[in-house]
Amino acid sequence: MAIEISGLTKIFARVNGDGREVFRDFSLTLGAGKVAALLGPSGCGKSTLLRLIAGIEKLSAGSVVVPAKRIGMAFQEPRLLPWRSVADNLRLAAPGLSDAALDASLAAFELDGRGGDFPGQLSLGLARRVALARAFAVEPDLLLLDEPFASLDLALHRRLRALLAQRIAARGMTVLIATHDLDDALLLADEVIFLGGAPAQVKQRLELDMPREQRDENLTKLRTLAPFYPSSEGEGGGKSGSS
Amino acid sequence: MIRLFSLGLFLLAWQFGAMTLGPHHLPAPAQVAATFADEWRSGDMPLNLGLTLMRVLAGFTLAMIAGSALGLALGRKPALDRLLDPWLVIALNTPALVVIILAYVWGGLNEISALAAIALNKFPNAVVTLREGARALDPALDEMAEVFAFSRWRRWRDVLLPQLAPYFAAAARGGLALVWKIVLVVELLGRPNGVGFKMGMAFQLFDLPLLLAYALPFVALMVVAETFVLRPAERSANWWRRHGD
Repeated sequence: MAIEISGLTKIFARVNGDGREVFRDFSLTLGAGKVAALLGPSGCGKSTLLRLIAGIEKLSAGSVVVPAKRIGMAFQEPRLLPWRSVADNLRLAAPGLSDAALDASLAAFELDGRGGDFPGQLSLGLARRVALARAFAVEPDLLLLDEPFASLDLALHRRLRALLAQRIAARGMTVLIATHDLDDALLLADEVIFLGGAPAQVKQRLELDMPREQRDENLTKLRTLAPFYPSSEGEGGGKSGSS
Repeated sequence: MIRLFSLGLFLLAWQFGAMTLGPHHLPAPAQVAATFADEWRSGDMPLNLGLTLMRVLAGFTLAMIAGSALGLALGRKPALDRLLDPWLVIALNTPALVVIILAYVWGGLNEISALAAIALNKFPNAVVTLREGARALDPALDEMAEVFAFSRWRRWRDVLLPQLAPYFAAAARGGLALVWKIVLVVELLGRPNGVGFKMGMAFQLFDLPLLLAYALPFVALMVVAETFVLRPAERSANWWRRHGD
């Protein structure tokens, strides 16, 4: 039941005729039930790969086999329906959601009592939480997270990352996180896949077997596993945040 | 309050104008009111006003439905849009009178031709407005609905229609303003009844009280429809925007 990507080629058409080749004959297998982080610089094709797996981007050649029945996704932007309340945004994505399950979904991301709010009333941080709560509410077999913490300040970023780590640990499913942040990958994933180059290639795969709950205090040590990839927070960054 | 005062001032100016120009050029408000009362009692006024309103409504509805359907299709399918855009430009620039005359010549002097003429005059505007609406649809929300496997019905009701509602409302408002002016010409040229027909008669007899007795209630009705139906509809189409900060 793994995700099988084989011989994938993706070319984006350009106006002047020639195309931009993001993937050429790219292959990757992602184990079922595992949390994988796609790590690489902005624009290297992480989002495109997620979109191809989600089925909202057409491939130029090759095959992407996704055995998941239900996919939950959090996009780079929250993508909430502004004319529906927070609760309705969750219910629309997960039609069978009971009131109790709805409350639990909101509570998991510290959104208690926010069900009646409209997206226009929410800060970006809150809107991202709603988007994550929505992705979990569908009880997905496959969860796709595209830069889930983009443009949040450091404190919010850490708080949300901690919440997300709890939720992922609480529910077994295949998770694929696209991020350019080394710490996100090291703290959340079972496996880090480094992408780079144009067209994109897998530069390295790094298995992380340290239990997730021990990783926060060992972040500095974990960073040494990928000395070639710059950490966005730098040394000692793990002590200055608060939420 | 100030609106009532303004209306009172209008009546006063009218009365003054009537006294200056004389009843042959501008009948006084009282005279028009008397004519109106006569027409109402004889049953002519309710009949003709009713018929005209029915034509406004039918032509408007036809044009909105057909125009919205084609507009949405053009907005979503660029190839179709490129093919039909020149036709649309021609339709937009064809004078209303030409459409009306052609409709009567081709279809005969009957109700169907009249409704076709009314609807065809409004149709290209509805197409253009809804085409803009379809072009402005947010593809990001479409993708979200795709990933979360929204049913077709939910996609329409919860993703597409709320985005299109302001365009429907704008098309409806602009449409009514256009249709109620064209309907009179359509009646004048080829119907044996309706407000437009009565006005044609008033013109032939130089009966200014009759002309005004029909014009004013008709204008009043359209103002009421605009103020109490279409404007609130347009506001409610955008209600969720006011939830923001």
